[in-house]
Amino acid sequence: MDNGLTRVLRQLGAQFNSRIWRLGFASRFFLAMLLHSGTSLRRLHLTIREIYFTGVLSLIIILVSGLFVGMVLGLQGYDTLARYGSTEALGVLVALSLVRELGPVVAALLFASRAGSAITAEIGMMKATEQLSAMEMMAVDPIARVVAPRFWGGVISMPLLAALFSAMGVFGGYLIGVQLIGVDEGSFWAQMQASVDFRQDVLNGVIKSFVFGIIVSWVAVFEGYDAVPTAEGVSGATTRTVVTSSLAILAADFILTAFMFTGT
Amino acid sequence: MSRTTLDLWVGFFVAVGLGALLFLALKVGNLASTSSGETYPIYAKFDNIGGLKVRGAVKSAGVVVGRVTEIRFDPEAYLGVVTIQVDARYKFPRDTFATINTSGLLGEQYIGLEVGGDTAMLKGGDTIKKTQSAVVLEKLISQFMFNKAAEDDGGKK
Repeated sequence: MDNGLTRVLRQLGAQFNSRIWRLGFASRFFLAMLLHSGTSLRRLHLTIREIYFTGVLSLIIILVSGLFVGMVLGLQGYDTLARYGSTEALGVLVALSLVRELGPVVAALLFASRAGSAITAEIGMMKATEQLSAMEMMAVDPIARVVAPRFWGGVISMPLLAALFSAMGVFGGYLIGVQLIGVDEGSFWAQMQASVDFRQDVLNGVIKSFVFGIIVSWVAVFEGYDAVPTAEGVSGATTRTVVTSSLAILAADFILTAFMFTGT
Repeated sequence: MSRTTLDLWVGFFVAVGLGALLFLALKVGNLASTSSGETYPIYAKFDNIGGLKVRGAVKSAGVVVGRVTEIRFDPEAYLGVVTIQVDARYKFPRDTFATINTSGLLGEQYIGLEVGGDTAMLKGGDTIKKTQSAVVLEKLISQFMFNKAAEDDGGKK
């Protein structure tokens, strides 16, 4: 009965079952968090404090990365467009690729590694040092007091950071394309404005970054809350936050793009 | 960190973020140029719409006066039917001539409205009678080559 094959199958089944169970737990956790969000909105300074830690402190990395991504797009885009003699379309290329894809996705990946990991580590350490249990002892709900504000702080920060990333990137593309290479400034902006639609491109980018904000914040607070309360467990949870949320961002981006940017 | 400094920083962050969104909407996107005002629909039937796309521009005298909002196929007349939303500020005569043009050699295609002399104006839901289809480059080239061949034959006789 207990030969090699059944053991392998049993291990596979156990792995699969535990994954499914964890997904279900994460979903119930998400619902509980939404139900206990009232406190984080009523006591707004809790959420504002988290916006400071996740949003304001991520500003530098987002702005600098956005600027450099835009400048690289300017250089590479010019190189390719020059072969077709249509370098005036550089503005369109830079703006569309940033607003639709790179802005939301790269900003969310940076956000996951900069802010998501910090949230997980913080909540995990609170659990390891039994601060969460202490709160429960004092009849303070840790989900309402600790988890929900961090979640909403991340959800609010993410679209703003993505917009800043895109704006900085367009500025970087302008610096390289117009100021350094010498593409005509008028056609750079005019073609960009003619081709970038507010509803179709800008608004869809904002929706994307909002969804990514929910994903990253959810994964981060869940991994922290679910962490094994040891130093090793917290480090493992932090790693899982970055890996899981990055993969989830890319998968969600594919699905959202398939729905948003086809058929027209 | 005291709460007022925290509020200040968060306020700064939110303001800068919203500013970036505004920049994307107005300077990068076309929110400034798309009038949010009233529009009225006009239909135009074409033998061939070429590469015209929904959201394509509708221009008169080179100025954008509307947008293409729908393109469908008329299965009875075998024509492409294009719905245009024209800015309500602009009225066009009944005998306006609609052509499909290309901006530049490889640019996007747009509908050009050439104004006629009729005193009656197009109303919402009207169909433009006179249209000219998109120019298909392959057809032009083959026509040119056939003509050239015919000329050469004539020269030999």
